[in-house]
Amino acid sequence: MPDTPVESTTLLTLQDVEVSFTLKRSSLFAKPSLLRAVDGVTLSVRKGQTMGIVGESGSGKTTLALAVARLLPVTRGQIHMNGVDLLSLRGEALRNERRHMQFIFQDPYSSLNPRLRAEKIVREPLDRLSIASTSRRDDRVRELFDQVGLRRDQQRLFPHQFSGGQRQRIGIARAIASNPSLVICDEPVSALDVGVQAQILNLLRRLQEELGLTYVFISHDLGVIQHMCDTIAVMYMGKILEEADRESLFNTPKHPYTQALLSAVPSADINRRNRERRIMISGDPPNPIHLPPGCRFASRCPQVEDRCRVDTPPLVNIDRHHRVACHLVKAAG
Amino acid sequence: MTALLSVKNLTVEFTTRDGIAPVIDDLSFDLAPGETLSLVGESGCGKSMTALAIMGLIPSPPGRVASGSISLAGENLLQAGDTRMRAVRGNDISMVFQEPMTSLNPVFTVGEQISETLRRHQGLTRRQAKALSIEMLDAVQIPLPTRRINDYPHQLSGGMRQRVMIAMALACRPKVLIADEPTTALDVTVQAQIFDLMRAVGKETEAAIILITHDMGSVAEMAERVVVMYAGRKIEEGCVDDILARPRHPYTRGLIACVPHLLETVSAERPYLQEIPGMVPPLSDFGFMGCLFAPRCDRVETRCWQEKPKVTQITPSQSAACWNLQEAKVRVDA
Repeated sequence: MPDTPVESTTLLTLQDVEVSFTLKRSSLFAKPSLLRAVDGVTLSVRKGQTMGIVGESGSGKTTLALAVARLLPVTRGQIHMNGVDLLSLRGEALRNERRHMQFIFQDPYSSLNPRLRAEKIVREPLDRLSIASTSRRDDRVRELFDQVGLRRDQQRLFPHQFSGGQRQRIGIARAIASNPSLVICDEPVSALDVGVQAQILNLLRRLQEELGLTYVFISHDLGVIQHMCDTIAVMYMGKILEEADRESLFNTPKHPYTQALLSAVPSADINRRNRERRIMISGDPPNPIHLPPGCRFASRCPQVEDRCRVDTPPLVNIDRHHRVACHLVKAAG
Repeated sequence: MTALLSVKNLTVEFTTRDGIAPVIDDLSFDLAPGETLSLVGESGCGKSMTALAIMGLIPSPPGRVASGSISLAGENLLQAGDTRMRAVRGNDISMVFQEPMTSLNPVFTVGEQISETLRRHQGLTRRQAKALSIEMLDAVQIPLPTRRINDYPHQLSGGMRQRVMIAMALACRPKVLIADEPTTALDVTVQAQIFDLMRAVGKETEAAIILITHDMGSVAEMAERVVVMYAGRKIEEGCVDDILARPRHPYTRGLIACVPHLLETVSAERPYLQEIPGMVPPLSDFGFMGCLFAPRCDRVETRCWQEKPKVTQITPSQSAACWNLQEAKVRVDA
């Protein structure tokens, strides 16, 4: 793929995507309750870029990622990749589409089959998706090992013989084996030691440049998100509260939740610490099963007004690349 | 400055299949009353083991304190018997663990668990202990403490459980509070709440705090002094601001630079992160006569492989153990 032009084209679009789960009834006569883990998410991801999704635990980031990868059923909405309607695909067509869309998991310990050798793990997508001739596949595996910085003599080893960072490299090699256009990275470094994190983040960036990959990058770590992503969506209780390009989001965050989230991160940057403007938000997120009406963040918002508890604020553009869902932030025009 | 807690030349050895490994190798540091000290390093560098050694909880066998001393207000804890240590733990020194999910007992209410400490150490009656437990829950900002006291751990969220742990640890007003990665399992907004709480309650009870972490951001936020550990050894020590602005050991420098820190102002520029190649050596390499960081160091020279680095006192408060110290200016950025 050539260098990303300034106005790059869209690879992935999500339209009003909802993923909900029916929970077990508490008694025979109780109404089954519905948990909307992802509630009306609309997003688009440009080719060759990184879309970051950030939020606290339970905000629906991983559910959204699994839904995009068709690993969870979507209850409403549409997902298109490269013009293909992903949600309508079935059977063989879906399997073929999977080669364009791969996943890197959070936990490099549980996401590799302990009984397969490293080379077999990396080779598996090639075999399963019938990519390249059988004889070419060995070459491809060797090439992949080089690309992710593993030695060729490690090909015959089992996962338990690798360190956490090396295992994540195997996971990355497996993900890029089929030459995908989209790679979904779900907290790819949060299980790793700080020293190893940098190695993996640099590897992901290098691969993106070399292969023109598009990433959906999920993390709860705002430092990592700031470092890796071109566009960022902030999620809270299944909804996007704010979405903007990297510079707008971090330099001029608009939503009270984004502001609080940013100010809560302890920082080694002395300039940041000196500008003491910590916004404390109290309490925990509300129970996702019985959500009150209005804005999801109302119960913890320091600037809450009466209307926030009644109407749900829509996600509106405040300028071309900045969308906010808050009654207190003025829309453009 | 008279030290409240003083660790001197502490060596803790573990018997492994490959022989005896010093998981803590000649470690010394002092903790002043009311001070917050941070122990920093990657996993497997001996931070938690130091905490366990202070608490007298090194599993034995396979572990054993081989030499050195740990003294609390002049009393050598390593010579104290089991009964004495039981009186010290939870009373003079207490600990908050990393996992609030697994370190509370699931079959007792949180009230019973806080009361137990108070009744045991302070000899309070059931009723007095309960009243004080409610007071403690209130102090750690748990809403409706009179009702929450009858809750079981599973009825509380992660942040609430960690608050209960802190309430329990501070109930007897200890002189030293050891917090072992107290917020790694928590969300950032909750982490900020817990840090605020630890600062406030620590100040009120005048407890000195040892904060164990791998996150330089938390160190900057919470601690006054920092001890950087690598493979069981102290490799650098100093005031937080000095260490962050002028780290002298290559490992400290790497530890600060390898993390994408959140910046005040973001520009379009995005350099690659500085990596520390490789990883912490396995236990079988601990106690190696040269510098243990040599295989990962970008300034390694022959001497590093042969001799254990001498500790250099750089300023009265900052010292580092490296053969090749250099004025290293670090840019804290992404």
